[in-house]
Amino acid sequence: MASEQFATLESHQYDVLVIGSGGAGLRAAVQAASSGVKVGIIGKSLLGKAHTVMAEGGVAASLGNLDPWDGWETHFYDTMRSGHFINNYQMVELFAKEAAERVLELEEWGAVFDRTPEGKIMQRPFGAHTFRRLAHIGDRTGMELLRTLQYKAISQDITVHQEVTITKLLLDGDGRIAGALAYYRSTGKFVLFRAKAIVLATGGWGKIYKVTSNSWESTGDGASLAFRAGAELMDMEMVQFHPTGMVWPPGVRGLLVTEGVRGEGGLLYNSEGDRFMLKYDPERKELSSRDVVARSIFKEVQAGRGTPHGGAWLDITHKGPEFIKRKLPGMYEQYLTLADVDITKEKFEVAPTCHYTMGGVRVEAESCATNIPGLFAAGEVACGLHGANRLGGNSLADLLVFGRRAGDGALEYVQDHTSLPQVSESDVEQEMNRVLKPFSVSNGENPYLLHEQLQEIMSDHAGIVRDGPMLEDGLAKLTDLQIRAQNVGVTGSRVYNPGWHAVFEVQSMLTLAELIVRGALARKESRGAHWRTDYPDELSEVGQWNYVQDLDGDAVRVREVAVPSMPPELSQLFDRGVAPGVYASQQQAKEK
Amino acid sequence: MSEEIVLSIFRGDAAGGQEVEYRVPLTPGMVVLDAVHQVQAHQAQDLAVRWNCKAAHCGSCGAEINGRPKLLCKTRLDDYVGETVHIRPMQTFPIIKDLVADVSWNYEVAKKVPAFQPAVPVPFQMQQFDVDRIQEFHHCIECFLCQDVCHVLRDHNAKDQYFGPRFMVKMAEFEMHPRDGGDRVPMLAHEAGLNMCNVTKCCTEVCPQHIRITDNAIIPLKERVADQYWDPLRALFKKKKAPAATEQSVQG
Ligand SMILES: Cc1cc2nc3c(=O)[nH]c(=O)nc-3n(C[C@H](O)[C@H](O)[C@H](O)COP(=O)(O)OP(=O)(O)OC[C@H]3O[C@@H](n4cnc5c(N)ncnc54)[C@H](O)[C@@H]3O)c2cc1C
Ligand code: SF4
Ligand code: SF4
Ligand code: FES
Repeated sequence: MASEQFATLESHQYDVLVIGSGGAGLRAAVQAASSGVKVGIIGKSLLGKAHTVMAEGGVAASLGNLDPWDGWETHFYDTMRSGHFINNYQMVELFAKEAAERVLELEEWGAVFDRTPEGKIMQRPFGAHTFRRLAHIGDRTGMELLRTLQYKAISQDITVHQEVTITKLLLDGDGRIAGALAYYRSTGKFVLFRAKAIVLATGGWGKIYKVTSNSWESTGDGASLAFRAGAELMDMEMVQFHPTGMVWPPGVRGLLVTEGVRGEGGLLYNSEGDRFMLKYDPERKELSSRDVVARSIFKEVQAGRGTPHGGAWLDITHKGPEFIKRKLPGMYEQYLTLADVDITKEKFEVAPTCHYTMGGVRVEAESCATNIPGLFAAGEVACGLHGANRLGGNSLADLLVFGRRAGDGALEYVQDHTSLPQVSESDVEQEMNRVLKPFSVSNGENPYLLHEQLQEIMSDHAGIVRDGPMLEDGLAKLTDLQIRAQNVGVTGSRVYNPGWHAVFEVQSMLTLAELIVRGALARKESRGAHWRTDYPDELSEVGQWNYVQDLDGDAVRVREVAVPSMPPELSQLFDRGVAPGVYASQQQAKEK
Repeated sequence: MSEEIVLSIFRGDAAGGQEVEYRVPLTPGMVVLDAVHQVQAHQAQDLAVRWNCKAAHCGSCGAEINGRPKLLCKTRLDDYVGETVHIRPMQTFPIIKDLVADVSWNYEVAKKVPAFQPAVPVPFQMQQFDVDRIQEFHHCIECFLCQDVCHVLRDHNAKDQYFGPRFMVKMAEFEMHPRDGGDRVPMLAHEAGLNMCNVTKCCTEVCPQHIRITDNAIIPLKERVADQYWDPLRALFKKKKAPAATEQSVQG
């Protein structure tokens, strides 16, 4: 039994509650607070430490500072193509039109981007972007974005709750969002949040895989909470493996090697010294889209042409030490201190690493509303913008565009729903008991080891390469693990207890892992990041669908839902065989 | 590969505690945080440690290793072969549990720093050489190791008199921004307690981001305070002059 009683529980009330203090959450909070309603924001880490801080390469926006032919149509074109056309085109359109303004807003709030010789914001080339498009600050753009929003947020009237972990979303009797139950990590004490609207911005779930670039936080709590509360999740089979993660030494396996290395001229070789990307994508070569490069490295290793620790060589030495240290200071230092490798002098090993989850909570494009009234979602937890494969730099822009839109969506909602919904006492008490149960299990399963086993299963059965029997096998193993996880136990007290925290995270990841596998089984084709050797081709009849999953009682239901189809003025952008900006420049050249 | 490393980790809370020894197998390239995770997974599930990125980006994992403030995720264990590795939480802040300190004071200070105030609308025209100087300050990961080592805060507990080096870096970042229109000098001279710093440079030595906190942030800020308070005429002249100078560099 919980030691706390419902009646005496610490509780806070907000008009808009934002769960997640990464880029998307902070942007949403800043937006909601701009109109004077009461806003709170929660993170399970300290402020300014969220996963967003790790983003390196840049934020994509068609500012056209270097390539004046860039514009929203070309950004739209690149994003749809890389997403293999299962993106929600409405989201992509809003995104491509608004990203530039959102980036300038950051500059207005104190972010200092690298400059062009004319004194404008510098933009770098990145995989599958037609033009030089990524605004950046060296190789630490995420940190700049997060820090800027963090200081903007604390200068406004926003209450920040740090190191508070939400374990359940609460609904009222009519199925409307009513609040969330959480506990303070520092004391282990429960705290109840009541709110008229909630913005979910809890990030992705890259920690489901063994080799990952993701931070500790990326365990998919929010998506799994929303799913259990009745939300629809979509495209769960779409997991991005970034082609270049560190491989050696073991402790850093998976750590990201920014695409900026290839953007600045780095070349990939196999163990025989062949530049294999010339074979897999002669046109775009090393700067092909991530799914293609990751698969190419995988195939080389499978064919016995891998490096000593099972990867490919990445070489940028030809650019010279001066250039490398100036353009890629973080990478230079990372290899030097963690791997004893001087990348200005030697080539280094890289291999694919789990990087981003395209799937997530299904939202309405304009307002980021989910199917649960009062619940909004933005950032990596949400779904629809990236389709089957995310373009580098598009996530940071996503956080800004849809973080702001979710904040506005929530604001609009609370204007129409002025009463504070009731939370049910029995829901809260049940949840407190559920969360505390592992303390009373003796000789229970170890949460850390459960997590390791989950990672093994997902890496072996639903990783970069998939097929039917492999997925079926994985599903059976997951089901076993879910049963074992019911008997998880923890030791120690409730005070700052990471073992106890891991219990909850493993539960979240187990829920989502199952959805990844079910989605992958349902999508009987290969598309973008989803590669099935038993269905190796992209099939137009399958490409009409998004796979949407929700709970039907206790069972998971998978449905085919039609991908929204583009109006003619957008679909014609794809008829010319080249990007709109390229087409326009060719036309002008002809006229001259 | 059966080499072992001996860790002596502080276990305890505000009521007290002591170091406890753990043995962990050493693997190539292992950092201290890897070893702490090994202990968590196999020997002490509830061992409290703060971390997020394990890539020296987030600044969560600051602690004291053999008495030196360091990031657990950036400190290699092969630097300590043959030695016991003593790990304790940062001492300048109250303890929560084990390696986790209560750093909330820093967030209270952060709120007092006046926000960036753009003097002109965006997009800004700024040359790379105009921003090189402040971009150094943007490298800060808010690990608070400089706050931990600063004797004003650590030995004299003068947290009510000095914001500490991290926030001098933050104020320098805004104050020296070529397009900032704010004036933080009065705050630096009074509430922020810049004069408490006697330029020992201990903060610069521990900064994992190699920010030259003392030379590039604190000393120039001290000069601004001195100008404004001891030479008001010169200060007026400087404040007016600064934007004009950068405007020129844009055209040039
Ligand atoms: C190494 C790396 C480099 C990258 N580089 C780029 C790049 O160059 N360009 C680009 O566009 N994208 C990049 N990405 C992707 C991008 O960084 C992420 O997709 C993005 O930051 C996600 O932001 P978010 O706001 O959605 O969530 P996050 O930043 O993940 O924040 C999630 C928030 O939710 C909170 N939270 C989670 N669960 C709970 C809970 N149960 N209770 C309370 N709070 C909770 C967390 O504490 C955190 O505050 C990169 C990713 C990685 C890993
Ligand atoms: S130089 Fe100043 S701020 Fe830095 S440690 Fe010494 S007294 Fe503290
Ligand atoms: S200035 Fe350096 S030591 Fe201080 S908080 Fe920032 S990164 Fe850490
Ligand atoms: S864990 Fe992020 S800095 Fe060490």
